[in-house]
Amino acid sequence: MSAQIRVLLAKVGLDGHDRGVKVVARTLRDGGMDVVYTGLHRTPEEVVTAAVQEDVDILGVSLLSGVQMTVFPKIFALLKEKNVEDMIVVAGGVMPDEDVVELKKMGVAEVLLQDTPPQQIIDTLTGLVEARGAR
Amino acid sequence: MSRPYIPSIDMIGPASAGETWAIARLISRAEAGVPEVRSAMGEIYRRAGRAHVIGITGVPGSGKSTMVGKLVRKLRDQGQRVAVVAIDPSSPYSGGSILGDRIRMSDLVMDPHVFIRSMATRGAVGGMAHAALDVVDVLDIGGFDKIIIETVGVGQDEVEIAKSSHTTVVVSAPGLGDEIQAIKAGILEIADIHVVSKCDRSDANRTMTDLKMMLKDGVGQALTRGWVPPVLGTSSLNEEGFDDLVAAFDKHLTALDGPAGEARRAQISAFRLKKATETLMLERLRRDGAFDTYTPRVAARETDPYAAATAIADAFSRI
Ligand code: B12
Ligand SMILES: Nc1nc2c(ncn2[C@@H]2O[C@H](COP(=O)(O)OP(=O)(O)OP(=O)(O)O)[C@@H](O)[C@H]2O)c(=O)[nH]1
Ligand SMILES: [Mg+2]
Repeated sequence: MSAQIRVLLAKVGLDGHDRGVKVVARTLRDGGMDVVYTGLHRTPEEVVTAAVQEDVDILGVSLLSGVQMTVFPKIFALLKEKNVEDMIVVAGGVMPDEDVVELKKMGVAEVLLQDTPPQQIIDTLTGLVEARGAR
Repeated sequence: MSRPYIPSIDMIGPASAGETWAIARLISRAEAGVPEVRSAMGEIYRRAGRAHVIGITGVPGSGKSTMVGKLVRKLRDQGQRVAVVAIDPSSPYSGGSILGDRIRMSDLVMDPHVFIRSMATRGAVGGMAHAALDVVDVLDIGGFDKIIIETVGVGQDEVEIAKSSHTTVVVSAPGLGDEIQAIKAGILEIADIHVVSKCDRSDANRTMTDLKMMLKDGVGQALTRGWVPPVLGTSSLNEEGFDDLVAAFDKHLTALDGPAGEARRAQISAFRLKKATETLMLERLRRDGAFDTYTPRVAARETDPYAAATAIADAFSRI
């Protein structure tokens, strides 16, 4: 009974593209992780509240609607407000390279875009949790 | 991003004050079974015991999560603080899981007096996760009045949920093929309350009648002495039947006030002790290499599983 990695996958806002997030959910399950999926059309507040209650190692947000530069600052502010600053935040979906640079500065640990092979997704997330250590 | 490790024992204070991050983290540690959390869990157990624990089971797709969502709303209207532990199966192949019960409870998320936690069975039989009862204790000291456990009803050993909760609800749904799937799964006996879900469907009446007939014929023996399990109908779609269901919880709780309740609580405690002992024994046997020592010899048929187990058990009882 070692600490199994827990991930919450979220879709925020009006973005209805859920093929990718479902692929990622299955990928991570097959990689041995517990994956909480919260469904489409959530607000940042709902997603962060759920992630805090679920105490996931990783909060993964999938965005293909172009609103990443407004969503992620909100997520970090909310995590801080809720006294949960050790949660790893990752992003995936479709976003321009210049945004990826900005997101990483903001604290997004990793951005995985289209055509990322399944094993790479598993390895990246596992690596992030291992690097963080016990909590 | 990182921060120093906060000892579990130091989280009891904030958890008791209702701090979500502390409750959530204690649950994670209990679930992971980190040795450090054990003494804290002991303290938590001694402080817990206030909450009304309600188990909800039923075959997959019978409408449990949707029902829990509606139920929590009703309980909130009464001013109760409610926690939900939603358990889904782990994949037997990878050990991973997709936990989707929460999606059906989405409109509860922003209520600060509702806490929802998803768990995977992680190889536990009986639809309950190993640590579910530790999780219940943490939520109990966290100040939740009602704790609802949703489990997968697959009919292996659902007695576990009955032995873990004060009130057990078995959900049967119309139109899932069989008239009463719960019969097939063998989980009817554990019900304190029967619910036929999806009563907006036209075939619900028949399910209701079938179920009542079956109970009349003596299928199922109430776990709470002197209590006759009622058969209720609900529709989550039309939000019907939930007042009666909540009233049935209160009635059952009252029925548990007397000796029947004491028996039930004793049963739960006995179950906890047995589980804790099993966990520790297995852990020690693994640590001491008992299995590693005997497995090759059993494989080579130098000895047999029974003789080896006897040797292991004998060594154990001398400790
Ligand atoms: C299929 C598709 C649709 C389908 C969606 C079906 C569904 N249920 O998902 C439909 C037809 C409905 C659709 C509609 C629209 N779409 Co569309 N759609 C696409 C398309 C062609 C492919 C997306 C896809 O499914 N890819 C396959 C999956 C597996 O890949 P993925 O989502 O990228 O996920 C991978 C990675 O990104 C990563 N990943 C994803 N999420 C996460 C999360 C985490 C935590 C991690 C670690 C990794 C990760 O892992 C996945 C596997 O490798 C893209 C084009 C493109 N090249 O992406 C446009 C695209 C996303 N759509 C676009 C648009 C504009 C729309 C519409 C607004 C069109 C319109 N005017 O109506 C609508 C909006 C609908 C809505 N409500 O959101 C634009 C978005 C532009 C932008 N972001 O600025 C795109 C980029 C097309 C384009 N080039 O213009 N669309
Ligand atoms: N018609 C009708 N459908 C319902 C009702 N409640 C739930 N459903 C549907 O039944 C399906 C299963 O509902 P869930 O609440 O996920 O059932 P569950 O028992 O939690 O499922 P598992 O957790 O997968 O075992 C969904 O498609 C719901 O929309 C109801 O009251 N009426
Ligand atoms: Mg469910």
